[in-house]
Amino acid sequence: MMTPFRRRNVLPGFLPSLGLTLVYLTLLVLIPLGALILKTTEMTWGQFWETVTTARALATYKLSLGAAFGAALTNAVFGLIVAWVLVRYSFPGKRVVDGLVDLPFAMPTAVAGIALTSIYASSGWVGQHLEPLGVKVAFTPLGILVALTFIGLPFVVRTVEPVLQDIEAELEEASASLGAGRWQTFRRVILPMILPALLTGFTLAFARAIGEYGSVVFISGNQPMRTEITTLLIMTKLEQYDYTGATAIATVMLTLSLGLLFLINLLHGWARRSAAA
Amino acid sequence: MTRSLFLRSALVLLFAAGVTSLAFGQQAVRLLNVSYDPTREFYQEVNAAFAAKWKAETGGTVTINQSHGGSGKQARSVIDGLQADVVTLALAYDIDAIHNVGNLLPKTWQSRLPGNSSPYTSTIVFVVRKGNPKGIKDWGDLVRPGIVAITPNPKTSGGARWNYLAAWAYALEQPGGTDASARAFVTKLFRNVPVLDSGARGSTTTFVQRGIGDVLIAWENEALLAMQMLGRDKLEIVVPSMSILAEPPVAVVDKVVDRRGTRKAAEAYLRFLYSDEGQHLAAKHYFRPRNEAVLAKYVHQFPKVRLVTIDTVFGGWAKAQKIHFDDGGLFDQIYQPGR
Repeated sequence: MMTPFRRRNVLPGFLPSLGLTLVYLTLLVLIPLGALILKTTEMTWGQFWETVTTARALATYKLSLGAAFGAALTNAVFGLIVAWVLVRYSFPGKRVVDGLVDLPFAMPTAVAGIALTSIYASSGWVGQHLEPLGVKVAFTPLGILVALTFIGLPFVVRTVEPVLQDIEAELEEASASLGAGRWQTFRRVILPMILPALLTGFTLAFARAIGEYGSVVFISGNQPMRTEITTLLIMTKLEQYDYTGATAIATVMLTLSLGLLFLINLLHGWARRSAAA
Repeated sequence: MTRSLFLRSALVLLFAAGVTSLAFGQQAVRLLNVSYDPTREFYQEVNAAFAAKWKAETGGTVTINQSHGGSGKQARSVIDGLQADVVTLALAYDIDAIHNVGNLLPKTWQSRLPGNSSPYTSTIVFVVRKGNPKGIKDWGDLVRPGIVAITPNPKTSGGARWNYLAAWAYALEQPGGTDASARAFVTKLFRNVPVLDSGARGSTTTFVQRGIGDVLIAWENEALLAMQMLGRDKLEIVVPSMSILAEPPVAVVDKVVDRRGTRKAAEAYLRFLYSDEGQHLAAKHYFRPRNEAVLAKYVHQFPKVRLVTIDTVFGGWAKAQKIHFDDGGLFDQIYQPGR
């Protein structure tokens, strides 16, 4: 028999749900972003270039992107370890630790910022011991890294955990029975399987860290050229009612973030293909 | 039958609701006071005192909500639509801007209340760490290499603009002082400033709580308040050889009060600031009251300092704002962070 003219989907209502999705995305994402770029076009190319390439702006990009990358990397390593421990071991207080991992999600970022600042300032619990060692955390880029690591922690843990849980014990046993050592088993059997999830977690942590404002603004000191993040520069320009300057910098950040996310997506696809192979 | 009964009772209920809400509406008044950054504690007390007085005189209740922030920033918020019944800002130009750009009050607003619509005045002094380890005595010390000075951002804060102009005025007074030398002086000063907060209170926080900086250039009332609240054992006030007379004005925002019907309460609120009780509260919070009799009682708490005015040195706020603080003005040219 000939195939029917229009294949029936199992779930009805494809066209209405497509329509609804498009409207939703357009209103929430495309229109605001479009307005952002439209506002920037009020400047000439020359003005735009001048605004986004001042030494101050360049310093903020380096700091924001660098600190976000460093924090996401730290979270990738330590988040993996935390997820491993939570999945593979049981110990008294495991439920508490599990709940604590979600704390950075639940906490308002301003609270996180104030808490971190009071701990790491030179009169704080941890800060007072680090200061004599020459390590200054609060009001330095190191403090920004700490804050971004804190708020990015749950992303990696929560994306890697389910994948780790799904790994069958037989695979590891098979690998051991074929003569692989523990590190070899991890590197060649387990890691390729969790790499896509790890990269997803890294991407999420990175994306959150780039745009983070509330927790960083307390601990960073906000000194231009040294500890000023891009989101703060945008806020400062807005407070001075320099709307076009603010949107210009926002557009640059948007482009940089999109570019980086695209790159990471490519990596992701490659990791998945090589895991399947 | 039941339908017309329903309609009639609905009508009666609506009428009753209308009357009661009207009655309550006349009694409960809400005002929004949009103010500059260092006046939080002052207006907390003023609002409580005024509410008590209003209740005693008219029997109604008045609730005053506050908004605080850098004066320039607050003015722009009101222009952009923040429904302020009264504005109590740091300098006359910001309220002029509310007229020029937003047309929310008349051009003659400043002559409506005594003292150029400023119920109190203040000035600019320095706050240093206890013992004054860097030996800061006057404006000239602020530009020494290695000194870290804290001041807010002149683009958003009123206090910051007074700071800047006072420094400029000092440089003009020096032997051989010209506009060029004053510009060089202020440029060197801002090279010593690592971070600009958006309001005076933000700078106080940076200096006191975060421990950044050797000297804070602050409102006199903010400095005295910081000393009182945060520790004479940690801070010290240094009075420079000269400073600028700052007149923070107050005004009713006509368009808003006429639309909301709160003119009577708003005008009474501002007049309260000039009353004896208001002037005493001002002095208590380290503002210099206009009322000579009240000032005489509190004169010991205000340091003696020679003051210049913005009119004599700079030819008025409109001129100063245009030359120094507008986009592309002298401050934008001077302030290059990182160089």
